Amino acid sequence: MSLGLIPLAVLMWAVTYPARAVPMLAPGIERLPPRAIAYLRLAGPAALAALAAVNCLLTSDPQPRLLLGVEPIAVAACVLIVARTRLLLPGVAAAVLLVAVARALGAA
Amino acid sequence: MSGQLTASVRGRTGNDPVGESRRQLIRDALAIAAYALPVGLVYGLAALQAHFTLLDVVVSCLVVLAGGAQFAAAGMVKDGAPWLAIAGVTALVNARHLLYSAAVAPYTAARPRKERAFMAHFLTDETFALSLTHFRRIGRLDGRGYWVAALAILVPWTLGSAIGYLAAGAVDTRRLGLAVAFPAAMAGLSLGMVSGRRDVAAALGAVAVAVPLGLVGGASLGLVAGAVVGPFIGLAVPASPAEESSAPETPEPSAEAGLP
Repeated sequence: MSLGLIPLAVLMWAVTYPARAVPMLAPGIERLPPRAIAYLRLAGPAALAALAAVNCLLTSDPQPRLLLGVEPIAVAACVLIVARTRLLLPGVAAAVLLVAVARALGAA
Repeated sequence: MSGQLTASVRGRTGNDPVGESRRQLIRDALAIAAYALPVGLVYGLAALQAHFTLLDVVVSCLVVLAGGAQFAAAGMVKDGAPWLAIAGVTALVNARHLLYSAAVAPYTAARPRKERAFMAHFLTDETFALSLTHFRRIGRLDGRGYWVAALAILVPWTLGSAIGYLAAGAVDTRRLGLAVAFPAAMAGLSLGMVSGRRDVAAALGAVAVAVPLGLVGGASLGLVAGAVVGPFIGLAVPASPAEESSAPETPEPSAEAGLP
């Protein structure tokens, strides 16, 4: 049986796993100074907001461009719905529906 | 928001904020699973076009478990890029996991080292977002909650990729608008972590840094820069009372925390 691209998957794991594991395995992480703990608390909302913004506002071309389409509006609609309902599923469903309808109407 | 939510949860359920938070976690996890499956379909199709075998696709999903890097790798394999270049891109794209791991680490610190090493493999964007929101709601680690979050992405992502590979383009995911599900879910989950003005400042600051830098140096650079700089912007803002009172408790090992 050919291993195909499985060694590549292992190589990709080898460069991904340390980023996921090293801070979790570092001794004394729970005894960090309060300022560092406060920073780490803020890393969650910051990382997710950056992830959302980059994925809905930038194209994935080799040279990224600003994407001013229906996607940012759909993400904003999702945020509003989640803020009101505190439920993720209706927000995501509304965002997908908005983009699908816009595409069906030829507006995106 | 999470501080208010915890307070309202206590009000509704008496002494079971963990149970209510787990129910919230499962509802959010279903939303993640609902988009992971169709996005997996797209990855399966991309992998087929790059001449992966079905085994390559499944092993990649289980071993790498990083959608962005897997998409990039499929494209690079198709273009005949050297494996070292693919490894370099993977390392860059996944550098953000350092921050995720550091943010989760105070909650997992009391768990055995082997368990933490195993948990780390599953620390994707979605696992991080779902589990950290849950931990912040209850103020401590919940092992079961972590595995619910991890399986919510692992299972549909792998299954969707395999189906996409086999079905080869039966679904037009672009026309259906499924690509917006990921940023929408991340934005919604980010909102779930906001409990005061510092969180808001960190999130908005991250966006303000990520987008312009992403335009200049690429999406990965913008993402990492936004995630690193955003919290500093948050720290520059005075903490609101909810933020001062919602610091993580020292996690204690418990019967309910552990492997599935």
